[in-house]
Amino acid sequence: MTVKGRLTIEKERCKGCRLCIHFCPKEILEDCGELNKLGYRPVHLKDQEACTGCGICALMCPDMIIQVERGKGA
Amino acid sequence: MKTRLMKGNDAVGEAAIAAGCRHYYGYPITPQNEIPEYLSKRMPEVGGVFIQSESEVAAINMVYGSSSAGARVMTSSSSPGISLKTEGISYMAGSELPAVIVNMMRGGPGLGGIQPAQGDYFQAVKGGGHGDYRTIVLAPASVQELYSFTRLAFDLADLYRNPVMILGDGLLGQMMEEVEIPVDAADTPPPEKPWAATGCRGRSKVIINSLYLDPHQLEVHNRKLQEKFSRMVEREQRSQEYRTRDCEILLVAYGTAARIARGAVDEARAQNIKAGLFRPQTLWPFPNGGLLEAAGTAKALLVVEMSAGQMVEDVKLGIEGRLPVHFYGRMGGVVPSVGEVTAEIRRLEGELS
Amino acid sequence: MKIVAKRPESLTSKDFHYCPGCTHGIIHRLVAETIDELGLRESAVGIAPVGCSVLAYEYFNLDMLQASHGRAPAVATGVKRVLPDCAVFTYQGDGDLAAIGLSEVVHAALRGENITIIFVNNAIYGMTGGQIAPTTLMGQVTTTSPGGREVGMSGNPIKVCEMLATQQGPAYLSRVSVHSPAHVRRAKKAIRKAFEMQMQKKGFSLVEILSTCPTNWGMDPLSSLDWLEEEMLPMYPLGEFRRPGG
Repeated sequence: MTVKGRLTIEKERCKGCRLCIHFCPKEILEDCGELNKLGYRPVHLKDQEACTGCGICALMCPDMIIQVERGKGA
Repeated sequence: MKTRLMKGNDAVGEAAIAAGCRHYYGYPITPQNEIPEYLSKRMPEVGGVFIQSESEVAAINMVYGSSSAGARVMTSSSSPGISLKTEGISYMAGSELPAVIVNMMRGGPGLGGIQPAQGDYFQAVKGGGHGDYRTIVLAPASVQELYSFTRLAFDLADLYRNPVMILGDGLLGQMMEEVEIPVDAADTPPPEKPWAATGCRGRSKVIINSLYLDPHQLEVHNRKLQEKFSRMVEREQRSQEYRTRDCEILLVAYGTAARIARGAVDEARAQNIKAGLFRPQTLWPFPNGGLLEAAGTAKALLVVEMSAGQMVEDVKLGIEGRLPVHFYGRMGGVVPSVGEVTAEIRRLEGELS
Repeated sequence: MKIVAKRPESLTSKDFHYCPGCTHGIIHRLVAETIDELGLRESAVGIAPVGCSVLAYEYFNLDMLQASHGRAPAVATGVKRVLPDCAVFTYQGDGDLAAIGLSEVVHAALRGENITIIFVNNAIYGMTGGQIAPTTLMGQVTTTSPGGREVGMSGNPIKVCEMLATQQGPAYLSRVSVHSPAHVRRAKKAIRKAFEMQMQKKGFSLVEILSTCPTNWGMDPLSSLDWLEEEMLPMYPLGEFRRPGG
C-alpha cells in the first residue's frame, strides 16, 4: 500500500517563485511554460501518480496556492 | 456634592478615575508630574493600570492600544512632550480613536522653561500633527474646571471617537483650590464600543487603521472626518462672559490669562472704564457665536495671552472685521500682572476716546 | 484523502502583495496556523507595523490594529493591559523594530510585557526600496550603502536576540529561519512556543525570523535562500536565547 497525494494548484494566483519546484523531493513540479493573468509562469504538476502528498511544496509556498491531500493509494 | 481642596494636577487625575478611566500612560515632565504621581497611587486602588513609559512617544502609542481595545484612557504631558505625542494624536484622529490628552503648558520653544505659558495654542488648535484633523480643545481656568472638563473630555472623546485635549498651563496644574465633586463621581459607566478590537468572537474582524493607499478612499475617509468636525463646531462651542453687558472694551482670554484678565476688568470698572471679559472654554471649536454676542456693545477687543498672540488670529476671524483687535501678552513663562493688563486697558481707552 | 495543507482560518482570502518568493508569506502562514491550532483566533489581537507587512491587518483574519512606525510593542502593551486574556502579538520588520522602534521593543521586554513579537529580519528596508537597515550585513550593498555597508558610514549590524538576552525581562527569545522545509518546521515550533508562553502568562516572547527579500537583494528567490543560509546565518546564528526555565 503506497501513500498517495493530490495537489490542487491555483495557477492564477501563482507568482512563479519556484520554491516548491526546488524543494519537491520527487521532482514532479515544473514551470508550466505559460503566463498566468498576473504575468508569472505558474507551477505545474507533471506527475500526479508520483506525488506522495508530503506537503513540502505547500510548506514552502509563500502564497498558499497549493492544497495538499494525502491518503492510501490503490 | 462634596468639596475637596485639591491641586490642579491631582484634580485631573481624580476626574479621570471618576470618568471611568482605568488606563494611564505618561512620562515625567514638569510642570505636570503630579498627574502621573497621583495616578500611580490611585490606579492600583481602583484596579487600573499605570505605566510610566519609556518616552512620550511610547505613552501615546500605549494610549492608542488601550483605546483600540475599548478602554477609557488618558495621557498627560507638558509642551515639549506634547510635541512628541502629536504623531500619535494624528494617528488616533485618523483611526477614530477616543482619548484624553492633557497639556500643562510651559514656556517654549524648544526646551524653553518650566514656568506657565500658553505658547502651544497653535499646536493644540490648528492640528499639531500631520493631516486634516481636529481635536476638541478644552481650556479650563480653575481647578474646578480642570476636574469637570477632564470628565467632560472623556464623554466628548467617546461621543465623537476622537482625541480631546485639555489645554491647561503650569500655574493651573500647580495651584490649589476647592473642587466640588458630584457624589455620583465614580459611577460613570464607559459606553459600549462595538468598534473596538477585543477579539472577534461572535462577529467579523475589526481593523483599527488610518492607512488608505487609494487616494479616493482616503478622500472619502477624510470627508467623513470633516463631517464629524463640522458637528463639533455646531455643538461644542463653550464660553463664559463676565461683565460684558454694557462693556466698551472686551477682553478675550483663556486659562490663567483669563483669571488675570478678570481681575483687570474689575480694576478697570473701579476706574469707571467699561471693560468686560469673554472667556473661551473651548479653543477648538472656537466659540465664534458667543464672541459676537459678547462684543455687542464693545468698541474694541483686547486679547490677553501668555504667548506672542496666537489666539488673536481666531478672535479676528470670529469678530469678522467688525471691531479692532488689540493684543497684550507676555512670553517665556512670565505671567502678566493684573496691574499691567489694567494699564493696557486704560491705554486703549485713551486711544478710543 | 485527507487535507494536509490548506489555508489557515486565521488568514483572510486576500492575496498577499509580497513580491514573488518573499518569505513573508510563509511567516504569515506559520503565525496563522499557530493561532488556529491553539484556538486563539477569536481572542487574538494583532498589531501591524509600518514596512512591507503594513497590510498584515488585511491578511490576518482576526482583530487587527495598524501602528505607527516602530511603536507596535507600545500599542500591544496598551491592548494587553486592557485585555490580559487575549493573545496579543506584533508583526514587525527589522527597520520597524530594530531602528525606529528599538526603544519600544526593549522596554516592552524589560517590563516582561506578556505579548508576542514576530520579528522578521531580512537585512534591508523592503517597502521603501532597499535601503540599509540596522540588520544589514557588513559589505552588503543597499540603495543607501551603494559601496557596501562599512562601519565608518553606517556602523555595525544589531543582533536583537543576543541584546535582549542580556536582560532579565524576556521569557522567550528565539531566532529561526525559513530558508528550507526543516527550518520552516522549526520556525513554526518556536512561534507556537512563544504564543503558548503568552497564554501561560509567562511574559515577553520574541521570535526573530530570518527572511528573504529577493527584490531588494537583487536575486531570484532560490538564490535568496542560498544567500540567507550562507551570509545571514553566520552573523545571525539560530537558536533559543532565552527558553522556558532557562
